[in-house]
Amino acid sequence: MTLDSKIPSGPIEEKWTRYQRELKLVNPANKRKFTVIVVGTGLAGGSAAATLAELGYNVKSFCVQDSPRRAHSIAAQGGINAAKNYRNDGDSVYRLFYDTMKGGDFRAREANVYRLAENSNRIIDQCVAQGVPFGREYGGQLDNRSFGGAQVSRTFYARGQTGQQLLLGAYQAMMRQVAAGRIEMHPRCEMLDLVVIDGKARGIVVRNLVTGALETHAADAVCLCTGGYGNVYYLSTNAQSSNVTAAFRAYKRGALFANPCYTQIHPTCIPRHGDLQSKLTLMSESLRNDGRIWVPRKKGDARAPQDIPESERYYYLEEKYPSFGNLVPRDVASRNAKQVCDAGMGVGDTKLAVYLDFADAIRRMGVSGVSAKYGNLFQMYEKITGEDPYRQPMRIFPAIHYTMGGLWVDYNLMSTIPGCFVLGEANFSDHGANRLGASALMQGLSDGYFVIPYTLGGYFASTALPKVSTDASEFRACVQQADEKIGKLLSVKGHRTVREFHRALGNIMWENVGMARSKASLEKALAEIPALRDEFWHDVNVLGDAQSFNQNLESAGRVADFLEFAEVLALDALHREESCGGHFREESQTPEGEAKRDDEKFCYVGAWEYRGDGVKPELSKEPLAFENVHLATRSYK
Amino acid sequence: MNVTVKMWRQKDAASKGHFETCEVKDISPDMSLLEMLDVMNETRMKRGEEPIAFDHDCREGICGTCSLVIDGVPHGRDHGTTTCQLHMRLFKDGATITVEPFRSAAFPIVRDCVIDRGALDRLIQAGGYVSVNTGAAPDAAVTPVPKDEADRAFDAAACIGCGACVAACPNASAMLFTSAKVGHLASLPQGRVEADRRVLSMVKQMDKEGFGNCTNVRACEAACPKNISTRNIAQMNRHYLKATLLHAEKVYGAND
Repeated sequence: MTLDSKIPSGPIEEKWTRYQRELKLVNPANKRKFTVIVVGTGLAGGSAAATLAELGYNVKSFCVQDSPRRAHSIAAQGGINAAKNYRNDGDSVYRLFYDTMKGGDFRAREANVYRLAENSNRIIDQCVAQGVPFGREYGGQLDNRSFGGAQVSRTFYARGQTGQQLLLGAYQAMMRQVAAGRIEMHPRCEMLDLVVIDGKARGIVVRNLVTGALETHAADAVCLCTGGYGNVYYLSTNAQSSNVTAAFRAYKRGALFANPCYTQIHPTCIPRHGDLQSKLTLMSESLRNDGRIWVPRKKGDARAPQDIPESERYYYLEEKYPSFGNLVPRDVASRNAKQVCDAGMGVGDTKLAVYLDFADAIRRMGVSGVSAKYGNLFQMYEKITGEDPYRQPMRIFPAIHYTMGGLWVDYNLMSTIPGCFVLGEANFSDHGANRLGASALMQGLSDGYFVIPYTLGGYFASTALPKVSTDASEFRACVQQADEKIGKLLSVKGHRTVREFHRALGNIMWENVGMARSKASLEKALAEIPALRDEFWHDVNVLGDAQSFNQNLESAGRVADFLEFAEVLALDALHREESCGGHFREESQTPEGEAKRDDEKFCYVGAWEYRGDGVKPELSKEPLAFENVHLATRSYK
Repeated sequence: MNVTVKMWRQKDAASKGHFETCEVKDISPDMSLLEMLDVMNETRMKRGEEPIAFDHDCREGICGTCSLVIDGVPHGRDHGTTTCQLHMRLFKDGATITVEPFRSAAFPIVRDCVIDRGALDRLIQAGGYVSVNTGAAPDAAVTPVPKDEADRAFDAAACIGCGACVAACPNASAMLFTSAKVGHLASLPQGRVEADRRVLSMVKQMDKEGFGNCTNVRACEAACPKNISTRNIAQMNRHYLKATLLHAEKVYGAND
């Protein structure tokens, strides 16, 4: 398939402005004639639903949680980037654009990233107007902190709960529209299929998670804002209900899935403790502003951290990357943690951890200073580990956190299915092969508040959309297929639980498609995944029935999709024989062990097209052109 | 360690519920309470018994999905903690742990320990927002906000909407939840414009949903996993009184 990114012509600084001016508009009186489905209520979905409703469209919003306020954006801690340059430290839209391109290891689209940087400033304005209580200085001005991958302070924050406050801002804007009758809210509903009529996305099938009923909803466009697929690794920092189902079922209806191998492993998570653990907890990487990362120089050193003298500590990030130090991007920090642990210098019971030490920060700022900045994170660490990080260094280890890959979209955020738009983490568009800290919140809100309101209008104004009814045969066929799949899950009646399969899948993925990947490990994964999937369909035991609230059935459907999707991810990782960003191929590294890109062969977006069950998906390539940034080797030394 | 769990089972809002007892063996003290319940459900399913339903999602104490009354206390006895952050090391080996849903007429039971907290969304719909459309905002630096006011706003805005305050209150009052939102927005210049209207409308909705009144028991504050202060309630009461005197017509209509 030829992928047309529809990037407007002209100099990069003018593309978005000019494009907005050229997009066709929908007359205010006509907007109420259009219905838009928004699936997911995180930062992307919440901001899109609220803004589209404000414009006058009829919005139907869906989420799997009991309330839209609970979407997993709520858990983002550290902050949101914007090119305000309030610090006078040399920031600009161009610099934010450049840092994001470089952070993404030159695997993102220039035009999208520039637009993101341009929108960043308006997001902060909007959120402040909504009453988001950002951190402030004594003079009443907004405060900023530094984040990985940048040499300016451009991150706005609300203590360690920035995602929560931004999401509540979007949620409150949504609730205002619910009260105004412009948003019809459907909580506890899970999208099971995308309905395509005459080649256009015209509705969805959902399962009402309370009654178990399959419901159909018709619309003129569908926006998928359903987040990432990190839970394919079983243990991740994602919420328990985060899943790939909506995106994957759209993929099966013809939307291409781009760069699924770009997964991000976050360096500052609380280490694993046992086999029955259900999730990993992240602590904001803003901790790296003041915490120093080290391991003992001596392998297998069993002394308590405070007994290890300064000269015997290996501050590996500070030594290897003097100009960025502890603030290198996430992929670099994660890979280095793995390297020192692989070399036998890891700490703690499992030896799969490194120290994050605040002793210097406490000497410099005092306990109260550290507590004002990071109090809630310290408290969280203590709750989980039972250790006091004011007295001894934290132990951290990388964990799966974010997925840069997602459904392929053009400049309008439209997938390869006309009328099916994809926003936020669910799309692939802005972070390339690695996302910088504090950029996920920025992208979700940019897509929802400031991109989709324009591009969706352009689609409506230039597309013939005859009325469709949920009685159409396409709707009936989708319902029947969803029903059959549920019936099949319930009828296996095997011996193993859904969680056992999910855990087994996670092990395959983490061991073979995790922080470092090789041809051999990926081929192993590609042999093991289909075998596990086969076992699943012969031996899973899903209890209860389909006609009532059944959490076991919900997770069975999601794990079934992960078992198929995992193969696409591994296939993508196998084909990309280069290291870039979060994707590290052992065959492609420099003598110092740094990631080595291959711009000759792999400077493109790889998008996979579903060709039928059991058939290898087909790869299409969107070449990446760099007109404004020089394709440099990424160095943080 | 081994524990005995006495957990609430109920088919739906209309049915009668009962406790069911399960033994949970060989669990690690580093597990969270929810991970222990996962083990319990896995064991049940292995025996062909249906799992017991409970709500949970982020498992890091911020989404507000998890609920549960544990040994009589919403979110358990560890202060300032959600159920998902409650760790088994806080329980004794061999303990019997009683697990029930948050109980309130305004929170109907969906299944077992899963409840419907839609009433809290409707409270926000009644006015828990700033009326500003996307695009209408001036530059963020235009209005300085004194740091202590911003901090106060944040302290109130930290509410995760779990409903523990309602479950803990003998009157099943939602005053802590409501006053946290009223207080958050009234602390900021952006939210002050419609502050009177907001407090009147949200309090009216609170009554409509069947939440009780506040009698200063302060059990809500003790149960709140985010340490939201009852000072918000006191402020809201004063604010409500003032707003009623100034704008009675906005609540009761011009002829009341």
